[in-house]
Amino acid sequence: MGLFDYFRAPPSKSAALAKERLQIIVAHERGGRRSSPDYLPALKKELLEVVRKYVPIDQSQVKVHLDREGGYEILELNITLPDEEQRSGQPR
Amino acid sequence: MATVIVVTSGKGGVGKTTTSASFATGLAQRGYRTAVIDFDVGLRNLDLIMGCERRVVYDFVNVINNEANLNQALIRDKRVENLYILPASQTRDKEALTKEGVERVLNELKQTFEYVVCDSPAGIERGALMALYFADEALVVTNPEVSSVRDSDRILGILASRSRRAEQGESPVKEHLVLTRYAPERANRGDMLTVQDVLEILGIPLLGVIPESPAVLQSSNAGVPVILEGGSDAGAAYGDLVDRFLGKDLPHRFMEGQKKGFLQRLFGGS
Repeated sequence: MGLFDYFRAPPSKSAALAKERLQIIVAHERGGRRSSPDYLPALKKELLEVVRKYVPIDQSQVKVHLDREGGYEILELNITLPDEEQRSGQPR
Repeated sequence: MATVIVVTSGKGGVGKTTTSASFATGLAQRGYRTAVIDFDVGLRNLDLIMGCERRVVYDFVNVINNEANLNQALIRDKRVENLYILPASQTRDKEALTKEGVERVLNELKQTFEYVVCDSPAGIERGALMALYFADEALVVTNPEVSSVRDSDRILGILASRSRRAEQGESPVKEHLVLTRYAPERANRGDMLTVQDVLEILGIPLLGVIPESPAVLQSSNAGVPVILEGGSDAGAAYGDLVDRFLGKDLPHRFMEGQKKGFLQRLFGGS
């Protein structure tokens, strides 16, 4: 802060902007953490492996969804099995 | 029962190793038997900051692999009694840190030490996850700067979901904020997040504010933890931090900055 600083434009107060941006991104990322816990991808992968022992399916046919309502958590699994003829000849 | 404390941050270069070195030294100075472990396998630096780099013979990975025992690998600090350093391996990668191996070494350390300080590497890969997994308490080192604050928040999420305490449904890891490289004058001018801003965003209790200080670089040049430079602002701030950790109720110094005189303001000079 020298003599000439007195004639410059006032400082930008960039810290306020930083705080606002952080509050938004941190809230967003915390929300993401809550709605999809870390174990979901692993759970999906293992489920896929188990089902595949019996029925040939691929990644896109397993849907895992977690919802929160009040004090409850609802884990929704949706596995789409292939048509009967595609399955014939597969080991049971 | 020994307490395991992780010093972590997510982001690199914010002062984890500086904090680990001074925190462990401070605990030992106050009479507690303390071991400090470098988890940054492949990029070890705690030995340099502690000034014992030429005394490393065996390391953490050697102990995990049973190539050396703990007593052979632990380096006794020459300045402070009760202080021991377990260096990281420089030639291996972080995959060498197995959960079983780390647990075995920590359990052995807990037999003889009161505090075990784990200096985490940056990032959220295996080394960082292993450093925090067994922790009872965490020092989250943060700079008043957007990327550091965001990464600290991410680490808080990991502490709450992927630590052993979280996985086993025990009481959560106790979190402490350590705000480093703080420049009160810049915060007062509105150019830097204030202590209060960071506390509001992260929502964990403040353990200490370490001011931006030339003493940190000077002491790392010399391999002396900055807490041993008691006359410096950063050294005194770390001293307060350790006392606060041990339960003393001390006011936070170094948050306000010095008032400048009229001439100093007119002609500059910080």
